[in-house]
Amino acid sequence: MMHTLYAELKKHFPLGELTAQRENLGFITVEREHLRALLLHLRDKEGYTHLVLLTAVDWIEDGIFQLTYLLSNRDKRCDLGLRAMVPRDGASMESIHDVWPTAATYQRELFEMFGIDFPDSPGVHDPFILEGWIEIPPYRRDFDTKKFAEENFTHREGRETNDPAEYMKKQLYPDGA
Amino acid sequence: MVLYQPDRSKYPSQKKDGSLDIDLTSGKYLKLWQGPQHPGITGNMSLELTVCGDEVVEAKTHVGYLHRGFEKLMERRTFIQCFPIVCRICVPEPDFNEYCYAAAVEELAGIEAPERAHWIRTLILEMGRVNSYMMYLGGQAGSLGQGVIGQWTTYVRDLMLDRFEELTGARIYHMFILPGGVRDGLPDGFEARMEETLQEIESTLSDVYDVMFCNAVFKKRTIGIGYIDPALLEPYGVTGPNARAAGVAKDVRKDQPYLVYPQLDFEPVVGHDSDIYTRADVRRRDVAMSIDLIRQIIAKMPKTGPLMTKLPNVMHWKIPRGETYIRGECSRGEYGYYLVTDGSGYPRRVNVRGPSYTHAVALLERLIVNVNISDVAALMVSLHTYPPEIER
Repeated sequence: MMHTLYAELKKHFPLGELTAQRENLGFITVEREHLRALLLHLRDKEGYTHLVLLTAVDWIEDGIFQLTYLLSNRDKRCDLGLRAMVPRDGASMESIHDVWPTAATYQRELFEMFGIDFPDSPGVHDPFILEGWIEIPPYRRDFDTKKFAEENFTHREGRETNDPAEYMKKQLYPDGA
Repeated sequence: MVLYQPDRSKYPSQKKDGSLDIDLTSGKYLKLWQGPQHPGITGNMSLELTVCGDEVVEAKTHVGYLHRGFEKLMERRTFIQCFPIVCRICVPEPDFNEYCYAAAVEELAGIEAPERAHWIRTLILEMGRVNSYMMYLGGQAGSLGQGVIGQWTTYVRDLMLDRFEELTGARIYHMFILPGGVRDGLPDGFEARMEETLQEIESTLSDVYDVMFCNAVFKKRTIGIGYIDPALLEPYGVTGPNARAAGVAKDVRKDQPYLVYPQLDFEPVVGHDSDIYTRADVRRRDVAMSIDLIRQIIAKMPKTGPLMTKLPNVMHWKIPRGETYIRGECSRGEYGYYLVTDGSGYPRRVNVRGPSYTHAVALLERLIVNVNISDVAALMVSLHTYPPEIER
């Protein structure tokens, strides 16, 4: 099913390779300038009317953010994820709030947590979850949660802090085997 | 002086940029905060209402009171260390986090859970659904002043928590559905005690119907209020009972069956009027369906067989690069986990898709316009939102 759809889409849009994760779930990489047209095509022509989620993955070693737009077609019982890559520096992407109004919430969160801007998205720069946050966006890979916690919270006596992996190893193999 | 206008849909007027023309210094409008400490709010969130008289003209949902950064925390933990964290993302119905996370890890790691574990997982998810609905029914009645319903449903929810305790050892966070299977089988005599609990819940449900759903005040204050137009379902990502009450039989258990649902006999509960009353009624009938499903599961499930697949050494468990999305139908709608792995021993990215994310922000902010202040609580509860799954 995924391969048929992919072949059909490829006639109209330049697409990257298809990753068919399951029979009814696939992921396609698409150039960011074609994303909007592809989303509209999938929604209006192919029945992918449900925006399941919109989120980002930080591939810091490659200097890019992967934006994942996951769409669902209820009639065909099929899900399709579109991957759009945007550079980490000055990350910005076209808003799709006019295609799915609920995308405005996702975009607002992505700006706050990853620093990816979506110009013209309603309220995109309003604080969503964090308030008065002045550090780098916290879901970026280069934000160090441990360092942040050590700098901002005082140590409480009687509470030991363990590295989770080391602690588990000690519990499972106390004699160091 | 504010003149009454029968059609309030375009009040107040809009500016050229589309924003509402609200001048707080004019004396016509007032900012009113409902929450985060307020009896008419669900959990840790708040609504910033702009009211004109006793009517809401604009609302903004504020979340963040319970943000613990789960998705970020998981990036620093091994796959097995993430397992005890995920249930904490949604307190009243934690099992979907365990199931979705476990199933996503299994799929990317190429592991298959045993058949018997699938049955027990389905049983736990249905038990959790009953619990979640019981909490909802109490909250929905409470939002309209019927405090006694909450006392009844809390009592029977406690009985179901007893069943959870004897099955999993825990009442709220069960940590039972782990990657590879489940931790244990049913204890001796569980089936009989579960049947007693189900009968007690059915009896309470009957009382709730008489006292809540047949109550003139409840009807008067819920019928026709909080209407969700079926045309809004897709643009606003509405799923679960909120969509089913609008006449669309959206139910992941039927649409994309998982676990053992293909082997169970059921039809999604659907309503038609799409108001607060219908949504409550759909959920009441959904409880009855879950009770029936629990009976079917207990009757059909295999009594013997393995419960866990042997996992690799979890200390050094690396999962090949990949990404997947696993979904389930929780009591509020579509619950899903988007998991990305990069070949290391840690998840690259975990994204939790809770139904409240779409229901409590964009949808609620739209529905609440032109609603009377006193109906805000009932409307919000009728969307059945749990804030922790918004802010993860």
